[in-house]
Order: sequence, then C-alpha cells, then structure tokens
Amino acid sequence: MDSALIPKGVKRCPLWQFLLFTGAVGIVLLWGVYAMLLCWFKGLNQTNMNDYYGFALWIWADLAVIAVGGGAFFTGLLRYIFGKDALKNIINYAVLIGFICYSSALLILAIDIGQPLRGWFIFWHANVHSMLTEVAFCLSAYFGVLTIEYIPLILENRQIDKVPFFHHLGHNMHEIMAVFAATGAFLSFFHQGSLGGVAGVLYGRPFAFREGIFIWPWTFFLYTWSAAACGPCFTILVTKITEKVVRKKLVKDNAIELLAKISGWMLLTYTMAKTYDTWYWFTVTAPSKGFALMDFYSNNPLYGIWMLVVEIGICGLIPAVILITDKGRKNSMTLWIAVILAVIGVCLNRWVMVLQVMAVPVMTFDQWVLYIPSWQEVATTILPLAYGIILIAISYRYLPVFPNEPELNPIEPLNEEETAVESPVELEQELKPAEA
Amino acid sequence: MFPFNFEWIWDMGHAVFMGGLWYALTILGIGMTYCIIKAAIDASKENGEHHH
Repeated sequence: MDSALIPKGVKRCPLWQFLLFTGAVGIVLLWGVYAMLLCWFKGLNQTNMNDYYGFALWIWADLAVIAVGGGAFFTGLLRYIFGKDALKNIINYAVLIGFICYSSALLILAIDIGQPLRGWFIFWHANVHSMLTEVAFCLSAYFGVLTIEYIPLILENRQIDKVPFFHHLGHNMHEIMAVFAATGAFLSFFHQGSLGGVAGVLYGRPFAFREGIFIWPWTFFLYTWSAAACGPCFTILVTKITEKVVRKKLVKDNAIELLAKISGWMLLTYTMAKTYDTWYWFTVTAPSKGFALMDFYSNNPLYGIWMLVVEIGICGLIPAVILITDKGRKNSMTLWIAVILAVIGVCLNRWVMVLQVMAVPVMTFDQWVLYIPSWQEVATTILPLAYGIILIAISYRYLPVFPNEPELNPIEPLNEEETAVESPVELEQELKPAEA
Repeated sequence: MFPFNFEWIWDMGHAVFMGGLWYALTILGIGMTYCIIKAAIDASKENGEHHH
C-alpha cells in the first residue's frame, strides 16, 4: 500500500505490522502527552519538585539526552571537518538520533518552564550573565542546525525526490553541509560546556563547585568532552539495537569500528581528566570550603562512594580500555558492553551533577533530602523515548537512512546476468546517501 | 533582544551573548536562503531544458 514511498533496494515489513508497532508505542506517547498537558494546565504542583529540588528529574533527563545526543555534532565534525569518509555510512543515523535528542530536550524544557507561552522571554529579555541563557541560545540554534541536517534526508524520499525543486534543494544543502556542521560544532561546544558550567559556578554548593580558567569552571570542559566521548557510543548503541530489532546488518563494520575507536580515546582522556579533577576537588577545593570527601557520600541511603567508583571506574575506564583495543571493539559482545557502560556513565555523571548536588546538605542544620519524582514527571520523561522510537521507525521505513543497507541485505540473490547489470555500487548510488 | 529594546545595555555581556546568537542565526539564514534560491534557479533551468 505504501510501497511507492519505501526506498528502492530495501525490504520493509507489511504496513499492518508497522502500524501495530507504532500504535503500541503511540499509547505510551499519549500517556506522556496526557501528563504533559496536566503540567501545563494545572501547573508544576503536578511534580514533586520543592525548594530543595528546583532541578529535578526533567533537568537530569534534559542533560542526559543532550549528552548522548552529542554523537551528532561530534560525528558531523569528524565527517565534514576532519574528512573521516568511513563515517558517511552512519552520519544520517547520527543526525536523526541527535535530532530526536535535541527536540526531546526542548520539549522537556517547554514542560519544565511551566509557562511555555513565555518561552520566548529568554531570547527577548535575555539575562546575559546566566550560563543557562547561553544554553538556551545554543540549544535552540543547534536544533535549527540538526533540522537543516535532517531535511536533506527527508528530501531523499522516493516521491519527494521526484519534485525537481526538492531534488535540487537536497543536493545544494549537501554541498554546503560543512558550513552547517561547523556552526553546529561551535554551538554544541558552548551549550554542552555551559551546562557543565552551571554546576561548576555554584559556589554555595561545594559538591559541584570547581575552579577553572577565566569565567569557565573545569566542569565546562568536562561536559563537552564527555558528550563528545559518549555521544558516539549512544549512536553505536542505537544502531546495534535497531539492527537487532529489524534483524539486519545496516552499517558496515569499518564505520562502527572507527567511531568506536575515536570514542574510546576520547573516553580514556576524559576519564583521566575527570579523575584528576575529582582528586583536586576533594584534596584542595572541598577542604577549602570546610568539607571532607565523605561528607558528600555518607549518612544517606543512596549516595555512597560507590557512585564515584561506578561513574569513573566501571563506566569510564572499562569501556575506554575496551574501545581503544582492536580486539575489544571488533568483538560484538565487548562492544555492546562498552557502549552500554559508556552511556550509563555519562547519564550517571549528569545525575550526580544535578541531583546529588541538590541532595547534599550544605548548612550545619541541613539534612540529606532525597527526592522521588511524581508519575507525571516519569511519564513526561518517558515521552521523548516513545517519540524517538516512532520517529526512528518512520524514518527507517520511508527514508534512505542507511546507505549500506541494500548492499548488505540484497532483497533476493541476483543471477550473474543481473549482477552484471545492477552492481551493489549502483544500488548504493540509487539510494543516494543523504550526505554524499 | 535588540539594541532598541529598553533592557539593552552596550556592554561586553550583551555584545558577546547576543552577537553570538545573531552570528549563528545569520550563517544558518544565509546558508538556507542560498540553497533555496539556487534550488529554484536549478529547477527552473531543468524545466526549461525539458520544454526545449
């Protein structure tokens, strides 16, 4: 029924099966939308945020999706600026994942501000002394960049591509994509950094406060670094999950391995920098504010020293060592373990830097204050996940997201005569990778 | 925010923050305008060739 829209040279499941799948995920989406409307119409009293937790589950989710969405800017940087051609086979998917992550981040912020109709105030009445203003500017502008990077992929749809204007528009956008990618890298560097900077400048919160250079605390650089290291791991993870779901190989190993290798080195250097930063913080910075290390990790049921060990050791050092070794990244099982650990590690880092910061007592009369989100917060945090799955399903079905797919999964065995006429190279060209 | 808004102050903070935002948006705007105009010209040329 919709076969005219499906890219040439690939096979997709029947329409009823596709609708059943998206419909099932759509129910979860509607649950999240219902919770979102409750927050908008009834207000932030629908949440369990309080005077201790002005930043809560949403801000953690926001920072986490922005960190894992960093795969788009870093892969784009490697592909368009540093000329890593092998990544052309995964860049479309990296852009799609980045688009989902950043649109989700903006959606979460739209819920979090409570009054979305006043969202434009941050641009019109900007507080230029706030790192969050920089975040809002760069986040919105970078979402524009991701939209621009995603549009050519939509224009590659078989039917849309038949319209001459759209065909040429897609082609022209490819030609100057390096300009957009460079702008995206610039914007990403600053908003990833400023998110870290927000924690680092909290001088009233010794758990988060860090020294730094000029106006930027060290957390500014650590956040950008960790996003560049773990974002590509998330891209690999989602690619591997997609391959499992559709039971097909979609990306050639050389692209995955190159991305994994670069990610591994980024993660190793990040882990070393983070270790040094942590050591300096608990030997110099925290004592200068009157705190010892265990003040931040004891007398509460959740935040033990184990979190630090898990974040830096298990989810930092181990995946880094796996990814930088040839054997580690070529073995499917260890690659899975490494990318899962790296993604958990960066999410845990954002949790610690958002929620543990709020939980740690800073006054002598203070106590550890733990926080449990309301169901509305949980539903609106799961909402982007359902939205992401649906958008990936639609894009995978109707757009040539994976240029290698026809070559790696021939629809039927070609006889010698057909092979001579229709080589895999021609098939790949027919599918026109969006970044070609 | 623009210089004609009442909150505007001519200082480094406003120049860097707002200047950076306009700079990025200008690049994106010019880039997309170039692509759209060139696509319209290319498409009209293609149509012309088909007619001949």
